Amino acid sequence: MSKTYNHTKATLALAKASFRSITRSPSAVIFTLAFPLIFIVVFGFIGGGGVKLDVAVLPGSDLQNPIIAALEKTGVVRLTKNDTQQNIDKSLEKGAYDAVISIEKNPNGLPAYYTNVKYTSASLTNGNVLKSVLNDVVGKLNTVNQKPTVTEVRATTVTGREYRTIDFILPGQLGFSLLSTGVFGTAFIFFALRQNLVIKRFFATPVRRSSIVLGEAIARIGFALLGALFIIIIGHFAFNFTLINGAVTVINMLVLALIGVVVFMGFGFVVSGLAKSESTIPPISNIITLPQFLLSGTFFSINAFPSWLQPISRALPLTYLNDAMRKVAFEGAGLWDVKQQILIMLVWGVGIYAVAVKTFKWE
Amino acid sequence: MTDRKAIISVQNLVKHYGDFKAVQGLSFDVYENEIFGLLGPNGAGKTTTLEIIETLRSKTSGQVLVNGLNVETDANAIKQIIGVQLQAAGYYPNLNLLELLKLFSGLYGVDVSPIEMLAKVNLQDKAKAKYKELSGGQKQRFSIATTLINSPKIIFLDEPTTGLDPQARRNLWDLITEIRNNGTTVVITTHYMDEAEQLCDRVAFVEAGKIIALDTPDQLIDNLIASGFERKKEVKAANLEDVFINLTGKEWRE
Repeated sequence: MSKTYNHTKATLALAKASFRSITRSPSAVIFTLAFPLIFIVVFGFIGGGGVKLDVAVLPGSDLQNPIIAALEKTGVVRLTKNDTQQNIDKSLEKGAYDAVISIEKNPNGLPAYYTNVKYTSASLTNGNVLKSVLNDVVGKLNTVNQKPTVTEVRATTVTGREYRTIDFILPGQLGFSLLSTGVFGTAFIFFALRQNLVIKRFFATPVRRSSIVLGEAIARIGFALLGALFIIIIGHFAFNFTLINGAVTVINMLVLALIGVVVFMGFGFVVSGLAKSESTIPPISNIITLPQFLLSGTFFSINAFPSWLQPISRALPLTYLNDAMRKVAFEGAGLWDVKQQILIMLVWGVGIYAVAVKTFKWE
Repeated sequence: MTDRKAIISVQNLVKHYGDFKAVQGLSFDVYENEIFGLLGPNGAGKTTTLEIIETLRSKTSGQVLVNGLNVETDANAIKQIIGVQLQAAGYYPNLNLLELLKLFSGLYGVDVSPIEMLAKVNLQDKAKAKYKELSGGQKQRFSIATTLINSPKIIFLDEPTTGLDPQARRNLWDLITEIRNNGTTVVITTHYMDEAEQLCDRVAFVEAGKIIALDTPDQLIDNLIASGFERKKEVKAANLEDVFINLTGKEWRE
């Protein structure tokens, strides 16, 4: 029995056990995967394809004319041709229609058609867009077979990357997923292990304390990174999430995710030490996660916040994780390009682990 | 029985928690391959004494040797040769019994077959069950299985039969006796004197942190009788527990 004790083996046995336990824990799966995916799906569909204009065609309007055909060709205008007058008026008031249009043939010759448009104050912005669409369409129709007398606009569009809603939302959700896994998961497991004397039983074996923490960390980080990879893959293939440099971008994102989850686990250790009972873990964890969830640019760019709020946003670690993720994924930045964000996260990490060492309890 | 080798030697053990003197100068030896009982009321210092021997708790003063190893300096070596069952300890959440035993074999750094370990305590049918789904007796038997993983020289059982029905209790006695017969020393605490009488080779009575008696159950009873003690009630050839077992059968209920 004098064979030397293998600490690596003990650490890995713990990591394996912990990983199994996490995958069977409903809350871990919900917070790490389900919630972020639901938000991604919702925003993925909402943010489909830019502006759409809802325009009703008045009953009795002429339908077989070049104006209708040209409007349909734009792809921006959605024409509804079979609504009743009454319904159209109501919808117009509510802004459900952006405008109503009717086209009459001119019995007296030229111009061949009169186009009547009624806008609604309930949807002024879209009305203005429609105005310029109409001007464009009409201008082109009127100048068919004519040489322009003053000028002809020669417009071309550079084919750039389209910044979709998903490109903003996905990194934010990824950050949220890592935050939840790190804080809630770590806090709950270490509290439960302590409370149920699981750790005490471990101490009766030759295992080291560092092995317990390390094994737990390996499992949680592994789970968080697999979750992140899963979210990225779903986002990319189902919602066209932009991965500018392909696999390299994914790897860079996972490195950021690793830094993020390690920092957030520090908060989890602190919470597990502060909590007096199981029921105090969620409120304490929420105090840490909710402000970051709302203020760190998970859903909205922090530039949209009032200026007094922005310094708070800029103090939170998740802000920098989200920021770095977006730069890496969409702009193709390397890890060195986001060194400032990484540095701020690391500073948070050092600070929080200093607190964790003070507050963490084994028994 | 005088030349038996002491595998645990406790000398003048003292443990203070602040002003509270939990253990006040305990001395005793546990011999190799016996079942040694620590008896006494709640708060007498039994669990504290056990946990100091198990290297889970520090002592205030005194000396404790386990298989010749000092608890202060050789804690890790001691942990490798003992098996510990804690009062009311839980296990890692969401894992089944097989997975828990795999975890423990990793923690002890040994390769054992988890299913064989379960078979030793007659739980092979529950291999895929979670710990919290087990009955009280099954939980205790599983806890004992975890103490046997590293083929220990000594196992410590802290009130293993508390809360069990008579059948489960007897079943556990058989298991503990079997473990002793296979060459392991057993240190056990209990509140049940009938249990100590049947199971233990020697018992120590602990009261307010001190040992007030230590001998074989037989000798302690003889000593009391010799001092002129008589039971008020005529002793019958059977007791109520015998009636219970006789009526409900010996088979163990899950």
